Amino acid sequence: MQIPYTVTARTDSGLFNAKLGVWLLLASEVMLFGALFSSYVLLRVAAPTWPHGYDLLNVPLALLNTVVLITSSVTMVMSWASLMMKDFAKYKRYMGLTILCALIFLVVKGFEYGSKFSHDILPSTDTFYAIYFTLTGLHGLHVIGGIVVNFYFWGPGSKMWQTEPERFTNRIEIAGLYWHFVDLVWIFLFPVLYLL
Amino acid sequence: MHEQPSVEEIKKHVRKYIMVFVALMGLTVVTVAVSYLHLDVFWAIVLALFIATIKGTLVAGYFMHLLSEKKIIYWTLLLTLVFFIVLMALPTSGYQGRVV
Repeated sequence: MQIPYTVTARTDSGLFNAKLGVWLLLASEVMLFGALFSSYVLLRVAAPTWPHGYDLLNVPLALLNTVVLITSSVTMVMSWASLMMKDFAKYKRYMGLTILCALIFLVVKGFEYGSKFSHDILPSTDTFYAIYFTLTGLHGLHVIGGIVVNFYFWGPGSKMWQTEPERFTNRIEIAGLYWHFVDLVWIFLFPVLYLL
Repeated sequence: MHEQPSVEEIKKHVRKYIMVFVALMGLTVVTVAVSYLHLDVFWAIVLALFIATIKGTLVAGYFMHLLSEKKIIYWTLLLTLVFFIVLMALPTSGYQGRVV
């Protein structure tokens, strides 16, 4: 059976199905992270004192991760643009760079976590660290999810380019939507947790 | 494919992506620089969130192509935004002006 609207747009929404699906997923993700940001606000306004993130956390490492993640967002959109220009080799390079940036992000995050754990700083240490580990941990899981999907499209899943190039390009577009969202969340996490 | 921009159009997009990338890097530097000013907590939060919102708008507008998206996406996101604002307003309702 042929799955409808994987390439052509629906007449009602003007979109191919998966694109609307991913936007709905992202809307639910906004609420998921929104609930945790809301918890952060509640904990902060109700606390008698609240530490400055820059006194407790490693700002240079977080800044490095911000640069890495923004770079990965650009390489992701460039991988889609390469497919639109029918340049598959360039697509492979940009998608490879996106995955590499995501892995660097996780390694840096690992160093950050490792440094905290080695000083017996855990989510149970205090309210600040509880919300810090929860927010960055959930974000980290999203990065891992993005790596898995992007790796599939970089490797075995890229065979679709030979048979259904337009459908494959659509897949990269919506994988990109998810990846840019992950970047967008970090853009807010960085100042909220590290700089305020 | 729902729409097929020409190669020339895509090349124009690419130039915009590079400009947005430079802007995002610049704004990241500004975000960190502002934190060194050690402003009053309220203004530090306002400024940091303002810069983050500009950066987020650039990512959503250009990288996620939200500037040229279909109406159904705008309505979906508008509904999400309403609920998000409620979610953010709820915890502060009893603590006006009390941020440490």
